[in-house]
Amino acid sequence: MADIPKSWKVAPPKAWKLTTPEELVKDTDHRRYTLGLEKGWLRTAPDVEIKPGMHCHAALPKRLEDVGMPNPRTWSVMDEDWKLPKNWKEIILEGFKDRLERFRSFKLFMDICVRCGACADKCHYFIGSADPKNMPVLRAELFRSVYRKYFTTAGKVLGPIAGARELNIDVLKEWWYYLYQCTECRRCSVFCPYGIDTAEITLMGRELTNLLGLNIDWIAAPVAFCNRTGNHMGIQPHAYKDMIEFFLDEIETIIGYRIEPTFNRKGAEILFITPSGDVFGDPGTYTAMGYLMLFEALGLDYTWSTYASEGGNFGLFTSNEIMKKLNAKMYAEAKRLGVKWILGGECGHMWRVVNQYMGTMNLDMAEGSKMEEPVSPITGTKFENARSTKMVHITEFTADLIKHGKLKLDPSRNDHLKVTYHDSCNPARAMGLLEEPRYVIKNVCNNFYEMPPNTIREQTFCCGGGSGLNAGEDMELRMRGGMPRANAVKYVHEKYGVNKLACVCAIDRAVLPNTMEYFVPEVDVTGVHELVANALILEGEKERTVDLRGEPLPGMEDSEDV
Amino acid sequence: MNAILSLILSGGVVSMLVAIPLLGVWALPHVFGIHLEWLFGIVIPYLAVIIFFVGIVYKVVQWGKCPVPFRIPSTCAQQKSLPWIKYGYAQKLDNPVSTAGVVGRMILEVLCFRSLFRNTRVEFGSGEAITYKSAKWLWLGAMAFHYCFLVVILRHLRFVTEPMPFFVPIIEKVDGFFQFFLPTVYQSGLLLGAALTFLLLRRLLDPKLRYISLVADYFPLFLILAIVKTGILMRYVFKADVVSIKELTMGLVSFHPTIPEGISVIFYIHIFLVSILFAYFPFSKLMHMAGVFLSPTRNLSNNSRIVRHINPWNPPLKYHTYEEYEDDFREKMIEAGLPVEKQAASPAAKE
Repeated sequence: MADIPKSWKVAPPKAWKLTTPEELVKDTDHRRYTLGLEKGWLRTAPDVEIKPGMHCHAALPKRLEDVGMPNPRTWSVMDEDWKLPKNWKEIILEGFKDRLERFRSFKLFMDICVRCGACADKCHYFIGSADPKNMPVLRAELFRSVYRKYFTTAGKVLGPIAGARELNIDVLKEWWYYLYQCTECRRCSVFCPYGIDTAEITLMGRELTNLLGLNIDWIAAPVAFCNRTGNHMGIQPHAYKDMIEFFLDEIETIIGYRIEPTFNRKGAEILFITPSGDVFGDPGTYTAMGYLMLFEALGLDYTWSTYASEGGNFGLFTSNEIMKKLNAKMYAEAKRLGVKWILGGECGHMWRVVNQYMGTMNLDMAEGSKMEEPVSPITGTKFENARSTKMVHITEFTADLIKHGKLKLDPSRNDHLKVTYHDSCNPARAMGLLEEPRYVIKNVCNNFYEMPPNTIREQTFCCGGGSGLNAGEDMELRMRGGMPRANAVKYVHEKYGVNKLACVCAIDRAVLPNTMEYFVPEVDVTGVHELVANALILEGEKERTVDLRGEPLPGMEDSEDV
Repeated sequence: MNAILSLILSGGVVSMLVAIPLLGVWALPHVFGIHLEWLFGIVIPYLAVIIFFVGIVYKVVQWGKCPVPFRIPSTCAQQKSLPWIKYGYAQKLDNPVSTAGVVGRMILEVLCFRSLFRNTRVEFGSGEAITYKSAKWLWLGAMAFHYCFLVVILRHLRFVTEPMPFFVPIIEKVDGFFQFFLPTVYQSGLLLGAALTFLLLRRLLDPKLRYISLVADYFPLFLILAIVKTGILMRYVFKADVVSIKELTMGLVSFHPTIPEGISVIFYIHIFLVSILFAYFPFSKLMHMAGVFLSPTRNLSNNSRIVRHINPWNPPLKYHTYEEYEDDFREKMIEAGLPVEKQAASPAAKE
């Protein structure tokens, strides 16, 4: 295998630097493994090189202590010694067994794969890295081989002939490296004839690494922050309010008057929860301004919460228990404030949790609350598809408003934009939110172009930084994983002149700007509700000359305000 | 275990499996005068069938006992949401919200290999351009293999039923439609061999497949190929004594096993290999046949926001409550004008 270096373990001493896109692509030669004389992957764990730029930093002990996770310590991925507890193997095997008994998905997916290879070239990391262990089937086989060794008779007796291998420190490191090179995007599961979902295997695998305190800091820190302050960014209540107030200043300069949202207000009809990324970092902040302006235009009876100030849930990338604990705040706060239902902002994995986990995990907490089946106070539409969970996606809400003609829109304000839409993995493949955002975009923008069909909707590609991998130190991994998405954006950029990439995910908005800057610098990233607010005409607003980013609107370039 | 070792090993094992009945039924009687037809014709087939059924039931029960904590369908189309957003048949099948939709999805998956039909192939053009081409060959090969195998199995009902079911002669008639040889050549057998060869060549020629393939992937291919070959040889070349064979097989199914005279060794090889396949089945990847029905990403509807899905082991957990949060930040909250549940303790009380 030309692509698996022979000797490694310790990183090359030279500082890692991201190469140019051309060099990166040249380095992605899928034709190089052609001989078949290489040693089989069952024996290559000791050869795995943990490359700088392709992984995230280890979690600091404080993060784990904050949420009571086991084995907190200072360790480094690049060190030979990961300072594992003495009985680490026992812990892993017990954890493995426990999960085989609790999750049918895990047990079944360990047993039924036929290695047909349909998933092999569906993974964005495989396409972008050509590393054969990034084929979804092989990522799962790294676990199946150990499963066979310890949990099947054939594997116990026949060993490698039955595809089984011992669990040792090299195998553990190999697991870790490839577990944190999977974004749980589920694209492979769409193509698998048995619906084997690598995300399930990665989720379980990451739970196992967490038994040994082997999380990455980019996941563990948001988890610890979210637990205490209510959001991933660790923004304390007063600061959270300050940041929103900063948006209100900005909005005031655009529309000419100040809007007054409320925080932690009891008796509001609706609780609004969005990922804190929208409050904290560009370009998500413009999306947050978009929400504020939309709700103002509607005169919506709603409140923000500083306690449940996070829509995202990095617990999903840590363990079921952490996910449940962090998610519990949503219903707890809805009950405390006495709201009727929850409106959720634009976020990817948040909506996987809300759609597929939240009701199951925490609905009993809503007992005795004032929550009821969500009804839009503006149009009277019942959101029957959210009857039980009582949480509505903002694009469902806005699409309904537009359909009923409740918004005054001037899409020509977005005429300088040629927009394409990136389906975020989780709303697409763990929910099916495909038409709502498109309907909204088409009503607020005049120029909309789709990317090629094999790269959108249920076949959409990950941004390359989902599931907690959107750090800075793994930039090469992100660029490699982002390559298929960037390639499709580049196609519509060259063909139609697309210059705006819209999405409904806070991680997308954090990750894709770097990816675009690297591969297609002419294209900028936006949330859908930033586009909405640009087109939205508020009652009593002054004539707008600039968009939410303070840039001149089309035809207003010479205006004095600019 | 690289591709070559895996090939040698699985090929070798299948060759050995062919040699065992050859020795037992043909060589032993000639050399030592020991007759083992009863072993290969009666004992081993009975054992294999027992292992097959007990094994499958055991495995399915094991899977079935395992809970499904969360509703995790892969949603491959638009969800059912607002009434005016199109949710037609295609959406009902690829993103079902009702049981009927799930049943439809499973039927498509099991009978038409729906997901495999989506298959694409990544191609790297010049420079950075990546394109995705439709790639239906795997789907076609898989369909040919599974359906031909089904036809072959149904045709074999002739040997274990008396009178045989009405559909068996119909299948034979259709299968032998092109009467270009005597005895009538059944296309299913030849196509089955061709499909298996395609699936094998695919594993050998595609570097990705070669990398992921294990002994457990080559072995069943070789084994089924050997079964097909011995079947074809028996029918068209050695012209086995069908009447005696039927006497033996009817004896097996009526629990009055007998070993009639005049059955050639090729039959014993064939039935031994089939027995091995039956016995191997429950412990192998071939269990995907039963497993596909239990796959949580396919057999669950996407209705977890409409009806609560119950997790039987949903653990009660202590989360960070609002009260703890407010205790932590109360003064800052008051200063920022945020409402609080409890007022701050007065400076006097603090002391």
